[in-house]
Amino acid sequence: MTNGVPRRLAQAVVVLWAAFTLSFVILYLLPGDAVLAKLGGGEGGSTVTAADVARERAALGLDDPVVVQYGKRLVAAAQGDFGRSIATGEDATTLVLNALPSTLSITGLGLLFAVVFGGAIAILGTYTRSRLLSQFLASLPPLGNSLPPFWVGLMLIQVFSFDLGLVPALGSDGFSSLVLPAVTLALPTGAIIGQVLAKSLRTQLDEPYVEVVLAKGAGRARVHFGHVLRNAALPALTLVGVLAGNLLAGSVITESVFSRDGIGRVTASAVSAQDIPVVQAVIVLAALFFVVLNLVVDLLYPVLDPRLAGRVTAKAVSGV
Amino acid sequence: MFGNPVRLLSATGLVLVLGLAAACGTTNAAGGGGGGDAGPPKPGGTLRLGISSNPDCLDPQQVGTNAALNVGRQLVDSLTDQDPANGKITPWLAEKWEVNADSTSFTFTLRKGATFSDGTPVDAAAVKGSFDGIKAIGPKAQLGNGYLAAYKGATVVDPSTVRLDFSAPSAQFLQASSTMSLGVLAPSAYRKSPEQRCQGDGLVGSGPFVFESFKSNQQIVITKRKGYAWGSPLWKHTGEAYLDKVEFRVVPEPGVRTGSLASGQLDAITDVQPVDEPQFAGNGFTEPVRANPGIVFNLHANTTRGVLTDLKVRQAVLKGVNRQEVTDTVLTKNYKPASSILGSATPLHLDLSKELAYDPDGAKKLLDEQGWAPGPDGIRVKDGTRLSAKIVFSLVFNQNQSVLELVQQQLRKIGFDLQIEQRTTAETQQLTLAGDYDFIWYNTTRADADILRQLFSTKAGNRSKLTAGNPLDATLDKQAATVDEATRKPAVEEAQRVIVEQAYAVPVFELTQVWGLGPKTHDVAFEASSRMRLFDAWLAG
Repeated sequence: MTNGVPRRLAQAVVVLWAAFTLSFVILYLLPGDAVLAKLGGGEGGSTVTAADVARERAALGLDDPVVVQYGKRLVAAAQGDFGRSIATGEDATTLVLNALPSTLSITGLGLLFAVVFGGAIAILGTYTRSRLLSQFLASLPPLGNSLPPFWVGLMLIQVFSFDLGLVPALGSDGFSSLVLPAVTLALPTGAIIGQVLAKSLRTQLDEPYVEVVLAKGAGRARVHFGHVLRNAALPALTLVGVLAGNLLAGSVITESVFSRDGIGRVTASAVSAQDIPVVQAVIVLAALFFVVLNLVVDLLYPVLDPRLAGRVTAKAVSGV
Repeated sequence: MFGNPVRLLSATGLVLVLGLAAACGTTNAAGGGGGGDAGPPKPGGTLRLGISSNPDCLDPQQVGTNAALNVGRQLVDSLTDQDPANGKITPWLAEKWEVNADSTSFTFTLRKGATFSDGTPVDAAAVKGSFDGIKAIGPKAQLGNGYLAAYKGATVVDPSTVRLDFSAPSAQFLQASSTMSLGVLAPSAYRKSPEQRCQGDGLVGSGPFVFESFKSNQQIVITKRKGYAWGSPLWKHTGEAYLDKVEFRVVPEPGVRTGSLASGQLDAITDVQPVDEPQFAGNGFTEPVRANPGIVFNLHANTTRGVLTDLKVRQAVLKGVNRQEVTDTVLTKNYKPASSILGSATPLHLDLSKELAYDPDGAKKLLDEQGWAPGPDGIRVKDGTRLSAKIVFSLVFNQNQSVLELVQQQLRKIGFDLQIEQRTTAETQQLTLAGDYDFIWYNTTRADADILRQLFSTKAGNRSKLTAGNPLDATLDKQAATVDEATRKPAVEEAQRVIVEQAYAVPVFELTQVWGLGPKTHDVAFEASSRMRLFDAWLAG
């Protein structure tokens, strides 16, 4: 483990650098730029001239050679400064950090819902003796995963807000505004968790050790929760690390449907405005989030499975 | 780029949602019966207004989107106002004005007693400071930069008289002085950076509402200016605004916007989509509608490119577009087919609907005469060249794609192959500036006919790529040099006629603003540029 951490950190730096560079290259290669998007953006139509565009580009340093622009950005970004948003003039890092809490609250709650519901479906589906119930529960994950999130979001708003008036349709105020977006985000994620966990529970239930434990006189519940679940949880846990990234991506649509502020909204508008500073701040932050989360998941393995305690380093290096 | 698929999909979802709503039979909020006259206006209350996009900036001097202009309009007063009924320029902060013979010098006499919300007076020095401030930020003033293109400077004649001088005839400036883009900000505003003003910091005007807060992607809150007493004489009442507060809530999904209005979570919304319009008919809700003045949505031809160099081909395209079918099928009855290159709400608009009538036989005849013969796939061919041109567009208006697909089918019937290419806003802008297009698709909002000069004159935008010294230039220069309607009107009408006759651009339909108002909401009004005026708006108890 002592050996693994520096190596892990070096990997993280490479990942962050790659995310930074790739986003710069892609946005730079797109036709048009942020200045054109900004000056030509209004519904009113634009009467901007080429001289105006040139002047604005010069003011923002966008007429420097691309290598110089990249170099300046990289040096500044290494110190946490992604520059100012071209669209709004705000500091890109501040803009993204301000949007973060709102997104973390729905993704956090979404992840919780996903784990609880996905876990419940899988555990109940494998524990029940009713074939019908078991099959019904097994069919839920594919269904949940195939419903488009924007549609689910709109339906939830229609029923719970417009018709029943239980929660507000708009805004980021209070816990009641969190529930529907979190459910929307949780649905595809929970479905995958449920599917994978159910599968590995079934695999584990067929293992010889189950019969040994039963023969020793343990009840079904003890077998299921004390032995099988513990062994079956590892693949699902690995998945949680990956799916948290999906939740972040899902926030782009969910936040628009629920009229919330957050990383998703910031990302969507920054990408369509080709606002390189903001897009890079988002991407580097997302990469950081991913790296940290997967590290945490790796460190959790030995807690669940003592057999892995000595092997974390090896596992970490293999990249999971 | 995110907008498109999401929107497309959500439209499908919306149909289902609406179906469900109908099935549940619970579409409507309580109350009802609020339409029509609801007695005398009542002061007080908070208007919750759903808008479709997040304004990146709130400073009316800098912004170009309707979402932002609709907020900014409430915060600032302008030197003049413009009557939406007839386009006439009327007093506001200025009680009178004089314009010299060639429209290069404008002297305004300011009314007494108006103050900014920081307590400082709206005097000649403040007005000069504000105009200099707009000029200083250049293209950051997305609309004002064009209005002040020839602005040389201002002179404070006395505390209530200010003279603005221009280096070229600028008749359009009189109308521009009525817009929020040239609305007057307090001297203190210019001690902040343009970026700070964008976020509301230092956004100090003399308007009927005062900026309170801005939470990006969430909401903008403005409150009533206490003691406001210098409203435009065009407005319905005098004194302070009726509403205590307005919350502009950012609601990007059209279905959520309409549903929130229907369920009483919002009091009013902008940008009601064509599919949603029937929801608010005859059930206590009202749907204010107004076409945008300025250049209508059109296929603007580059006369130096391919088959479009031929006048007869351009004229055939003009005759081959069925405008009525476009508004009937893709849009709604609230949208008007174009009756000129200028929208019908533009002052000095000339009705050319006869010249723009659908005439496929006339179009075919023109093409036959020019030797374009139908090829094997129905598209005409001459000397091995296909009768084909590309049109570049971006999704600034949601229905652009459907409109162009219909126009494409219509033109196919006369043997013309229109290839439609969707690009991003930035890319469209780039191609426009470079002149790299056959046709471009756009509209431009402006309640003054000078917009023709800005887009057609060889000394300005020249989107048709005409050569200098053509007759259109002369007419456009003539209208720019006088505010006298007797001289200006014939010049503007001549310009519209030439553009349609020469088919430099093929007008299609008029962009239209459609709002939805809840049963309790009254008198949310359009100003002359079809943007929002909340001074007279009120909420019934």
